[in-house]
Amino acid sequence: MADDSVGGNNRTNAFVISARKRAIQKVSKTMGEGMLLAVASFVAIVVLFIFYFVARDAVPFFQLRGFSEFFTSSNWYPADQPGQFGALAIIYGSLMVTLGSAMIAVPMGVAAAICLSDILPFSIRQYAKPVIEMLAAIPSVAFGFFALVVLAPLLQNNGGPMLMWAWWILVSPFLVLGVLVVSDLLTNSIKDPQRRRQLYAFLLTVLGLIAVFLLYKVGTLLYGIQILTGTNALNVSIILSFMALPTIVSVSEDALQAVGRDIREGSYALGATRAETIIKTILPAASSGILAAVILGIMRALGETMVVWMASGNSSHSPEPWFNYLEAIRTLTATIAGDMGEADQVTGSARYHVLFAMGLLLLVISFISNLVSERIVVRQRKILSGQ
Amino acid sequence: MLYYVIQSNMIKKLLHLAALLIFTAVGTADAATNTIVLEGSTTVGPLAKSFATYFTKKYGVRVTVSESGSGNGAKSLINNTCTIAAMSRAMKEPEIAAAKKKGVNPLAHVVALDGLSIVVHPGNPISSLSKAQISSIYRGTITNWKEVGGPNARIVVIQRESNSGTQESFKELVTGKGVQITGNAETQSSNGAVKSRVSTTLSAIGYLGLGFVDHSVKTLAVNGILPSVKTVKNGTYKVTRPLYFYTNGQPSGLVRQFIDLPRTAAGKSMISELGFINQ
Repeated sequence: MADDSVGGNNRTNAFVISARKRAIQKVSKTMGEGMLLAVASFVAIVVLFIFYFVARDAVPFFQLRGFSEFFTSSNWYPADQPGQFGALAIIYGSLMVTLGSAMIAVPMGVAAAICLSDILPFSIRQYAKPVIEMLAAIPSVAFGFFALVVLAPLLQNNGGPMLMWAWWILVSPFLVLGVLVVSDLLTNSIKDPQRRRQLYAFLLTVLGLIAVFLLYKVGTLLYGIQILTGTNALNVSIILSFMALPTIVSVSEDALQAVGRDIREGSYALGATRAETIIKTILPAASSGILAAVILGIMRALGETMVVWMASGNSSHSPEPWFNYLEAIRTLTATIAGDMGEADQVTGSARYHVLFAMGLLLLVISFISNLVSERIVVRQRKILSGQ
Repeated sequence: MLYYVIQSNMIKKLLHLAALLIFTAVGTADAATNTIVLEGSTTVGPLAKSFATYFTKKYGVRVTVSESGSGNGAKSLINNTCTIAAMSRAMKEPEIAAAKKKGVNPLAHVVALDGLSIVVHPGNPISSLSKAQISSIYRGTITNWKEVGGPNARIVVIQRESNSGTQESFKELVTGKGVQITGNAETQSSNGAVKSRVSTTLSAIGYLGLGFVDHSVKTLAVNGILPSVKTVKNGTYKVTRPLYFYTNGQPSGLVRQFIDLPRTAAGKSMISELGFINQ
């Protein structure tokens, strides 16, 4: 009886709301939404403000010196009277280490993510992923110190052998895979199984020998290289790739995990092997997430300052030949960090504003690449959903 | 070594900021005259720090020392954010003009003399270069050690960053003021970082304040004369420069006493202990 009456009371209270309660509800709803909106827009406003303030101090440089010197000359002598502000080599250096670190970190990171999500048993993954993510927790000064004190002398003293081993270890699996796939493809069209097997064996031997020769020849070539200075683009690229790795692995692993079990099982049900499932089903389905991971990793490398300042050598010239990763380079971020000390509106106006011009350039580059990746992600999603 | 490498600019600035914050938080009761803020050259740094320790012990005055380069020292003095600017070069005309405009009257006090040592890897057979040869190396007209009688190896040129007083005095004393240093030169941000690079790179050349030289690098004789207390003092070693403390006008009270430290017996022994030279 008592229960009934209480229940009844509650029911009527739930449906009949007094005008006062309704007003309170409305106010608190608007306030809550307003709060959330303010918090969300705060981040956007911060970004806009950064853009505004950097641009405000960058524009005077272009007014003073124009565009052509900054983008076409490599003469960086900001402290001279009169100063020269050619940043071409510095921009090139930034792109070089970013590309270099991406070339190391992207294949490694994506491969590690695939391994973690689809190949390793769950019990190992549980431990492996946190360990990889721990890399992200190491402060960049520690990385820079390692690069300057350990890796640089190591590259100088044992650079050639190290390059040779890196070439062998990194390239030989791909060559083996390539030889197998190419000989398979070339013999695929032959109908007669006897002849096909013979040709396959022949091609395998020939291509295998070529591959071994290539490995050996390039290996000895690399072995002979004497690295003059250990603080160079290669050193920085290696360290930056380690710094970008946890981001790439962790985000792409999440993307691979997000591809549902149903899709994997559907693929197996159609008779696909695990390799086919990974390459033809899971990777395309997760491609937008992997791309986002790659862009995030690259941005990490582009924006990193401390490691680059300590380990790139900071010499403002374009390497010769242009792909020479064994020369010291200088990047935008390191230049801003290194030249900020003396640059002052009081003692030299262009010298101060040129650093903001560099900051603006970095902002624009990351803005554009974010935009592009966003576009690709949207398009990919459309293609996948069959629109 | 860790200590030297981590001296790089940004950290120093952060540390300085942190020190300032702590200082303002803890010591608001302290009168402004009871603390001395010293900022500037990394070369003068060890000297300033040892002076500061001594001074704090003797007079109970807090002295904060931050090493961010001579340029930063000048900037701080102009902006009135430090009491003393430590500089390893003289103030430049535009800096003095900027200071005057802000009502600051920079006054130089010579602390000690410093021989700028030209250093190479201990494994380098070269032991002496002429000033003209060093200048050519830094201008990029000589690029191989064999051009100066050494082995056939490209020279790795190491310089200091643009707000270093050591860099300025090197240019003034060796290459000439308006000369551009080759774009191939690597840039390091402190004496310690230069030493670390030269001591690990076989074909490197760099320059250090005399107080920073140790057995890990080899000092070259310039025009046949090695830098030493004697040759710097009597002026036969040509690449010599004074190190300065700059103050805003004639200092008084405790600041005066700090500035006069180099002329006391205790100051003199600290200077020679750290490898600098009493004037």
